[in-house]
Amino acid sequence: MSQAILDVRDVQKRFGAVTAAQDITVQVPAGAVYSLIGTNGAGKTTFVNMVTGYLKPNSGSISFLGRDITGLSPRKITQLGIHRSFQIAQLCNDLTVEENMLVATTIHGSRSPSLLRPAHSAEARDKVLETLERFGIADHRNRLIPELSGGVKKLLDIAMAMAGDTRIMLLDEPTSGVAADEKFPIMDLVIDALKAEGVTIIFVEHDMDIVTRYSERVLAFYDGRIIANDAPDEVLTDPDVQKYVTGVTA
Amino acid sequence: MLGMNHLLAVAGTFAVMAAGAVILPDWAMFLIVMALAKGLVCLGIVGMMRGGLVSFGQGLYYCAGAYTATLFANSFGITDIFLLCIVSAVVCLAIGGLFGPLLAGYRGIFFAMLSLALSMVLYGSLSKLSVIGGTDGLNIAAPTFLGWEPEGRALQSGLYLFVSALVVAAGAVMWRYFHSEQGLIALAARDNELRVEYLGASVRKAMTLNYVFGAVLGGLGGTIAALALGHVDPEFAFWTTSGEFVFVAILAGYLSVPAVFVAAIILELVRSFSNLYFPNTWQLALGVFLLAVIVALPGGLGSLVDRRRKREGAQ
Repeated sequence: MSQAILDVRDVQKRFGAVTAAQDITVQVPAGAVYSLIGTNGAGKTTFVNMVTGYLKPNSGSISFLGRDITGLSPRKITQLGIHRSFQIAQLCNDLTVEENMLVATTIHGSRSPSLLRPAHSAEARDKVLETLERFGIADHRNRLIPELSGGVKKLLDIAMAMAGDTRIMLLDEPTSGVAADEKFPIMDLVIDALKAEGVTIIFVEHDMDIVTRYSERVLAFYDGRIIANDAPDEVLTDPDVQKYVTGVTA
Repeated sequence: MLGMNHLLAVAGTFAVMAAGAVILPDWAMFLIVMALAKGLVCLGIVGMMRGGLVSFGQGLYYCAGAYTATLFANSFGITDIFLLCIVSAVVCLAIGGLFGPLLAGYRGIFFAMLSLALSMVLYGSLSKLSVIGGTDGLNIAAPTFLGWEPEGRALQSGLYLFVSALVVAAGAVMWRYFHSEQGLIALAARDNELRVEYLGASVRKAMTLNYVFGAVLGGLGGTIAALALGHVDPEFAFWTTSGEFVFVAILAGYLSVPAVFVAAIILELVRSFSNLYFPNTWQLALGVFLLAVIVALPGGLGSLVDRRRKREGAQ
């Protein structure tokens, strides 16, 4: 197994009297595909939010390639190469698909966006079109966000997150709100694209078919703790996971 | 910076506006000079609106620019309009640079009220400072233009041409900024700050830049207004003055630069003619006019151009 790209140690997060995450320790090797499973409120999104800087842990540490990133802002963490997509796609509704993607390529393409350099240059638009084509959504480029299906929104959200130099991608429920027949094609597209670039993938998922098919390792969350951390077959047959997470009984 | 087509558009716009110096009567030139001066201030507000913020205190910079030019002219005997504009712009840049990073952390009504509070602090201070005229304000001598000292109609025309050139230049710069990488980020932040931060850009920086641009434009507008009127007083910073700028910005919308100046001229015309024909109820006419615009064009005059662009894009 290669060296850990993400090292989370003894992380705890409290909201008043509620402990949303405790004793979270996990090392994610570079290039791996991890999935996070658990019931609502188990701590999956809290974990994602802490790794990406939206929430600051009360204790513990999070390291990326040996550098302590605990408590850094989302912007700083993103600039390091830890990108994320959202359970509810976070897009700019007043802009077209192309303009949304242009925002992402502009920000990722330049550490210091220019006050004078045109955002809509031919070169920038070509790059955007190339990315949209890669994700199969180029036909929608002139449409506004409210006109799109859930699947296209998800793909655009992920494509935007991937526009830069991504080292780790955290996908928060990439198939939620997506039609059943679109789930696997979308996951194929996303996982293939990310793997092709050697990106480490961590995704939150409720659909166990998707978990089994795409992840190399599963973290099962219950009551703010990781109760299992193993290969999908092992985790999904674990009695505790069956009892507290999947609800499947032998 | 600008392509050939844009340079031609800029030159053409200036040529059309410059023709006004020959054909317009004095009263119309004065009206347009005042409208364009206020339009500069409103262009700054529109810049902030593109980031999702509305400043209700742009009178701060309008007044600061006007007083800076007046005090500089009266203290040093300098009347050159170019120099006065530069000095005012630099002073407002410094003030904007000071307050911008502080205000950039606020959103919605909090930003609007804080900006209003700052302008009212200036209003209150100037009203009490009798050494610089108190509520009576100060007079400022007529401007000169790089050594040229026109009078009468020539002065009016000179000022009109200067303002036209300044408006075209400021409009071109702001248009370039709105369509730049940083301008696009500000526009995206208006819609979804979370997304922008998670792409790795600073929303606070975008808001600060918009605010500082607004400060400089406000200062320039105040300087022109002071020189056109020959007088400044604390009313420049009063909340009704700032409200008028917001009125024009809403009328224009945030989608087009020329729409800002068109809206400013429309407002001046509506106010002048309402005042003429309904002297006791002109504010009512103005209010009805704004209501009609909000109902018919919620995105402002600029949305007329943008709707066409989006339709063409979709096709």
